[in-house]
Order: sequence, then C-alpha cells, then structure tokens
Amino acid sequence: MTDNRFVNRSELIGILVLAVFLVVVLPLTLDVFRLNLVAKYLTYAFVALGLVICWGYGGILSLGQGVFFGLGGYCMAMFLKLEASSVENTKIQSTPGIPDFMDWNQITALPFFWKPFHSLTFTIAAIILVPGIFALIIGTAMFKRRVGGTYFAIITQAVAAILTILIVGQQGYTGGINGMTDLRTLKGWDIRPDHAKIVLYFFEVGCLFVCIMIAQFVRHSKLGRILVAMREKEDRVRFSGYSVANFKIFAFCIAAVFAAIGGAMFALNVGFMSPSFVGIVPSIEMVIYTAVGGRLSILGAIYGTLLVNFAKTSLSETFPELWLFGLGGLFIAVVLAFPNGLAGIWGDYVQPRIDRLIVSRKPKPEGWTDSSVADGAPAE
Amino acid sequence: MLIGHQPKEFLLAVEGLTVSFDGFKAVNDLSFYVDENEIRVIIGPNGAGKTTVLDLICGKTKATSGSIQFRGKELTRMRENEIVKTGVGRKFQNPSIYDDLTVFENLEISYPRGRSVFGALTFTRDAAVRDRVHEVAEMIFLKDKLNMSADLLSHGQKQWLEIGMLLIQDPDLLMLDEPVAGMSVSERAKTAELLNRIIKNRSVLVIEHDMKFVEDIAHKVTVLHQGQILSEGTMEKVQNDPKVIEVYLGH
Repeated sequence: MTDNRFVNRSELIGILVLAVFLVVVLPLTLDVFRLNLVAKYLTYAFVALGLVICWGYGGILSLGQGVFFGLGGYCMAMFLKLEASSVENTKIQSTPGIPDFMDWNQITALPFFWKPFHSLTFTIAAIILVPGIFALIIGTAMFKRRVGGTYFAIITQAVAAILTILIVGQQGYTGGINGMTDLRTLKGWDIRPDHAKIVLYFFEVGCLFVCIMIAQFVRHSKLGRILVAMREKEDRVRFSGYSVANFKIFAFCIAAVFAAIGGAMFALNVGFMSPSFVGIVPSIEMVIYTAVGGRLSILGAIYGTLLVNFAKTSLSETFPELWLFGLGGLFIAVVLAFPNGLAGIWGDYVQPRIDRLIVSRKPKPEGWTDSSVADGAPAE
Repeated sequence: MLIGHQPKEFLLAVEGLTVSFDGFKAVNDLSFYVDENEIRVIIGPNGAGKTTVLDLICGKTKATSGSIQFRGKELTRMRENEIVKTGVGRKFQNPSIYDDLTVFENLEISYPRGRSVFGALTFTRDAAVRDRVHEVAEMIFLKDKLNMSADLLSHGQKQWLEIGMLLIQDPDLLMLDEPVAGMSVSERAKTAELLNRIIKNRSVLVIEHDMKFVEDIAHKVTVLHQGQILSEGTMEKVQNDPKVIEVYLGH
C-alpha cells in the first residue's frame, strides 16, 4: 500500500490466473469457431479496460466509447480493405484498384484520406493517434469549460450518434451501413483460415496484457490516486495546485486509445467493421460490461466483458427478443445491488473465504500455491 | 483606517473588492491588508461574506471588480492552480479530504511536486516525500494513522488532515475556513496549539465563530457585515466597538 509498486502480489496472481485462462484453458477447450468468438468478446475488453480508468477511477462516464472503438476499427479496416482491393482482385469493377463499395457509388479515384492507409506503419500510428487526438479535442473542449457528469455523458452520446450518421451517410467513402466487409489479407498473410484466427487470438491476448500493464501502471502511479481524489473532491484537488481538466483529458484519451486498439483487433479478428459498433447502443453495452465486471477492477472488467458476451451469445440464440431487456435488467440490478460488480462480490464474499481457508489449512507463509491459483480461476 | 497605500509591504492587499451575484453584492468594495507572518481572523454574522472573501482570493469565485494582490501578483486574473503555485493554500469549511485514500496518500497528493499529468505519472515516492509526510503527520497528531483509510478518521482528525495537506503544500498564505467547527474542547485546544506552531514563516487568514479560539490565536481581527468591513483591529478594540457589539457579539 505504501509502496509505489506496479502490481502487488494478489494482483500479480490475478493477472497470472487470467493469463492461464486466456492462453491455456480457452484455446485447449474451445474449437476455433468459439475461440474466434472469444477473440471478438475480448476486443470489447479493451474498451472496458479504458472505462475502468476513465469512469471507475476518474469518475468520467463516457457513453460514446463506440466512437473510439469505431475509429480504431475503421483505420485497421481501411488498410485491410485497400489490400483486398488490389487491381487483380477488382478487375471486374469499372475502376479497378479501389474498394468495391466506392465503385458501386460511382467514385472513380481513391479519396486523398484513404491513400496513406496503404502503409501499415501509418495505419498503426493512425489507430492510436486518430482516436487519441479526437478524444483530446473533445476532452479539451469539455473539461476546460468544466462540463462534466451527466452533461458530458450526453455529449459523448451525441458524438456517437453523429459519427454513425456520418459513416452511414458517406457511403462512397465508408461503405455506409454495410461497413467494410470482405477483408482478406494482412501484408499478404490470409487472416481468414483457422490457423490465422488462432494466431490473431494470441496476438490480441498479448496486446490485451500490454494494455492491462499500462492500466496497472497508471493506477499505481500518483496519477491514479489523483483520479480517485478528483472523483471524490474535485475542488480539493484543484486547490492543491492541479489542473483538474488536464487529468480528466488524460483519462479520457487513454480510454479512447484502448478502445481504438480494441476496434482494430475487431477488424482483424472478425474480418469486417460496420457502423453498428459505433453508435449509442454498442457504446452503452460497453459501459454495462464494465459495470458488471466492476468498474474499479481492471481484471473484473475483462471477466465482465466475457461473461456478458457469453450470456448474450447463448441467450440471444434462444430468446432473441428478450435479450436486450435482460441486458438492461442486468445493468439495473448490478448498479442497485452490487455497485462494484463481480469484482466487488469477489472481494467482499469469495476472497475472504479463500484467505481464511488457506490460513486455517496451511499456516505457512507461502499460502499461495497451485491449489489457491486454481481456486482463483473461475472469477466469473 | 489603514496606514499608507504601499501594497509592496503587504503579503496580501485586497482593494475595492466587489462581487455581485445577480445584483446582490455579497462582498462590497472591500479593502484590507495582511502583513507577513500575521494571523488575521475574519469574524461576522452569517451571510456577512466571509467565505466568499476566501473564495475570491483562491479563485473559486471570480471578482466583479477590485483587485487582490499577493506579493505584487494580481490573483483575480489567475486560474486556481496557478494561485496555489504562487503560495496560497485554502482549507474548506467541511473537511475536504479524499475518503477512499489513506492518510499517507492524502498528504502525498498535496506534496508540491509532479503536479502536471506526466509529472504525476512519473512521480516516485522517494525519501524526501516520505520524510515530509511523516513530519507533517506527526504535527497533525496522525502519525500512527498513516495507513488508515481517511474515511475512518473522526471529524476533528479529518480537519487536522486537511490542515496537514495544506502544510505539506507549504503556502505563504494559509486560509482556514472554520477550522475548529464541530470539534470537542480538547480538540480545539490541540488545534490552537497546532495553528500556533505552523504559523511560523507564513501568514494565516482564518474565519472562525468561536470567540475563545479567536482570542487565543488572532493578531488582528476583521469584522465583516453585509459584505463590508464593520471594524478592524486588535481583539480588544473590536470587542469594545459598539457597532460590533450591536450586530454580532451582542447576541
């Protein structure tokens, strides 16, 4: 507690358990189709992770994270789409060498803002920078004027709605409501077959752990404590010499960048990107994942995302109409009964019991052994 | 009433300060001067504008007109965090501490280093920080509660913690809004002792209702009434001022 360490011991165990779960247990027990579904769910975990910092720690509720998810996803999809639209692949079009939807919309040359997306380096930079700078602009405009709380949440919703309308409306440049489909290769490497899906899954899990470590670092830095302080007593922080707006902007930007990485992973793993992942409804769903997992828990948000999405897939197959009501009900129930989500239930009820069990059974100092790790695994 | 007009000599020079909220002048053409190392207490009936004066100095409320000079710098045009950096610290009326953090972390956040975003990211808890936190914690009687969550402290301890958070900031001007409100008799005595110890090398501006406490600490007292100065001077002079007795002390 009094040390500035990156991760403490119980967090390290939690991260290892998650790593074992994602890297060993799931790939061994699921077929490629299901594993690819998990990969899709995990793209939202990036968003949930960002929301833990922004909303959980900083108290800034953004109901527009889909915007950043979408920006990251579209950047990646633009690169993949260009690669899939080579001249020989598109020779039946009236203008070969441009994406199919442009051809359908009577566009005859690649628009200027598409051209840099021929470069993978540029694309990777854009995945981070475009949403980052966009969040910086929104954050600066809002937080410097001290717009916060509900007003900020409403404005982020408006931004999500505007971006969706823009993407749908500019069909010739964005692929419209269908989005960008038929993404095939990454630098000549086919992303569609099963073995590619498995590689991409592991790549995504690797990126997720990098983001988890960044989140851990932020959380354990003084900045993380200032975010918590700000959430409680904004004026006290301000009159202790901090520019509260700058800290909020930072939290919002880091959440945006995480969401964008998730979006880019989505384009890679799922093979398309569409405006249905940008708008208000997906943005709110992403907040629900975080709330269910526990908005103060970095790992909780990831389990929450997985759990809600598993439930969504299995329940929406059985009760397609009822699912949305279920999701809404779940959100209300969690907020009312368990404001700290699954992580809160774990910390309040399960963890103390395990601790007691370990202490009573083996009083030696190295209480954390294989058996306790195994006990810790099914946090969902 | 005041000697000369040389703001250079004063630590804080408030002149012609007025703030109006929809036409209601909460502070009306107020002027007063605070010397280096002076303890000034502001008293007055409810609604006299005492807290508003502190809000104006620390930048929480923007003045309608008038000037506030601190060491020759005009504060009315500065942002709150810049005012803090010039050396003004403010304690709020209700203890304003971070309940979810420990006492140590509360004090550490006020340590004047790493106040920018990247400064805070790269801030390390080195020996200088630790020593200073322990030193201040000892002063505010919370030495053995450093790792305790701040919401478990008593009301009086929370008040001390906030005073400690200001101390660690090491301001030249310390502004305290009712520091002993809601405290027990023994806590009051301890607070007076604490304030007397921490005023060395700094000026203090205190709002307080407790006359016994005011007598204990004040060098000079300013009585506010309806946003204006009713009387100013030593405690003895103020207490014998018929105007003050009528509007405030008489009740």
